[in-house]
Amino acid sequence: MNARYEYLLRLGDDALILGQQLGLWTGHGPVLEEDIALTNIGLDQIGQARAWLTMAGRAEEQGRDEDALAFHRTPAEFRNAQLCERPNGHFGDTIVRQFLFDAYAVQLHAALAHSKDADIAAIARKSAKESAYHLRHSSAWMVRLGDGTPESNDKVQASLNVLLPFAGDLFHADAVTDTATSEGWGVNPASLRPAWEATLAETLEAAQLQRPAPAPEQTGGRQGRHTEKLSYLLAEMQVLPRTYPDAKW
Amino acid sequence: MEMDLLQRFEAYVASEKKIEPKDWMPDAYRKTLIRQISQHAHSEIVGMLPEGNWISRAPSLKRKAILMAKVQDEAGHGLYLYSACETLGVQRDDTIADLHSGKAKYSSIFNYPTLTWADIGAVGWLVDGAAIMNQVPLCKCSYGPYARAMVRVCKEESFHQRQGFQIMMNLAQGTAEQKAMAQDALNRWWWPSIMMFGPPDDNSPNSAQSMAWNIKRFSNDELRQKFIDLTVPQAELIGLTIPDPQLKWNEETGHYEHGPIDWKEFKQVIAGHGPCNKERLDARRKAWDEGAWVREAAAAHADKRAAQKANTAAA
Repeated sequence: MNARYEYLLRLGDDALILGQQLGLWTGHGPVLEEDIALTNIGLDQIGQARAWLTMAGRAEEQGRDEDALAFHRTPAEFRNAQLCERPNGHFGDTIVRQFLFDAYAVQLHAALAHSKDADIAAIARKSAKESAYHLRHSSAWMVRLGDGTPESNDKVQASLNVLLPFAGDLFHADAVTDTATSEGWGVNPASLRPAWEATLAETLEAAQLQRPAPAPEQTGGRQGRHTEKLSYLLAEMQVLPRTYPDAKW
Repeated sequence: MEMDLLQRFEAYVASEKKIEPKDWMPDAYRKTLIRQISQHAHSEIVGMLPEGNWISRAPSLKRKAILMAKVQDEAGHGLYLYSACETLGVQRDDTIADLHSGKAKYSSIFNYPTLTWADIGAVGWLVDGAAIMNQVPLCKCSYGPYARAMVRVCKEESFHQRQGFQIMMNLAQGTAEQKAMAQDALNRWWWPSIMMFGPPDDNSPNSAQSMAWNIKRFSNDELRQKFIDLTVPQAELIGLTIPDPQLKWNEETGHYEHGPIDWKEFKQVIAGHGPCNKERLDARRKAWDEGAWVREAAAAHADKRAAQKANTAAA
């Protein structure tokens, strides 16, 4: 097993799938400022995905670049957390998904900034600035929606109830992350959880939202087990490179 | 008194000075600007839809990133323009309501569909190219906030135009299928693009007054000619054919001559019978309606915060 390749794919695929989904909001947001914000966050995610996937391709040593990895893998070869592939739904669904992820990404990037691998540390430092801004945006909306009207509170509470169990993948440790941790270039995801829980608790309180009763967590994304949605998402995203395999764009 | 103000206004504008929001201006000048700037803002926003249509299917991650950045720029343009409009005393929400009710127009070019990836190239190259031609003179428009917004908009549009041309160039130099895709896109976008400059000069109702007020600097036909003269050699450079069999270079005038424009089609699309008029407006209305609860929540939260602050201050 190539732990480095696997680990970098996970980082890249989380960002890619989120970026792909956020891009769908462009032109359809609830207010012009949010069209700009969601597209901008999506753009950051695509930028991060490109950096991680380029590195993953190098680690794999099979000559695959960012596009070969993004456009020519099957759903079972994707390593993103299932949370990232949850549908956009309504604005509240997107915000909760993004908030749960951003609160994790802030911890992840802070930890990876100390990676022994200078390239990983450099991308993490750049990404850390972005994820801090993303979290500011998504947590502010958690509070606006939670505290806003009875309707918005109901809606975003329902989103949270559905999405929270999908956070499981983010903190799942296995042989890949064990190697990454023992060799000093990656992070044990379980170690990020306490700080993530603290952010969650603080934001839910400010937003007047209830933490849902503990439910079994949905996991499997890191091993390539996904929800039904991912195959559709990839079919759309990959259509051109797969239809015209010889073309350069 | 009114006459005096009007004379001073006209002299002021004629001396190339800028009118600012608090300055006196004739009602008709204000109305013309509100109409033009709000139409321009709506065009930016509706224009996000045909291009946004390909964000999810951009053929490489680099292309996806560029396209997202570009469409996001258009949203930003919409924002400046709605703000420029507000300086004339109309609220953004009311302006948007006029778009949704069909009272306000937007550029009818966006009522055409983007059917292939090459359309993203064609829109950037031709539609943004035509927009720049229209907008560069607006940087010197007599109304300060509009002129200043246009300076920034034009910088970004010129980047958009280049990225569109680059997409077309890559396609034209690509596989046979890619080249065919590029030619097909040019065939479909050429005529609507040259119609973007509006009706011919002898049939352009608002032009004369706008020229006198230094809102408009060149006539529709002048701008159209400039655009054609600039674009034809670009098409030749990448080996694509402009879909106008009557197009020819006139050595004497130093301009290209073009075949007749189908103004019937132009009028039809403006009247609401283009291929995507309904789809575009429905998409805007849907985003607005489905976002109502979000806007209400944000407003309610802001009110609560303000009330808390007031209480704390009072205590």
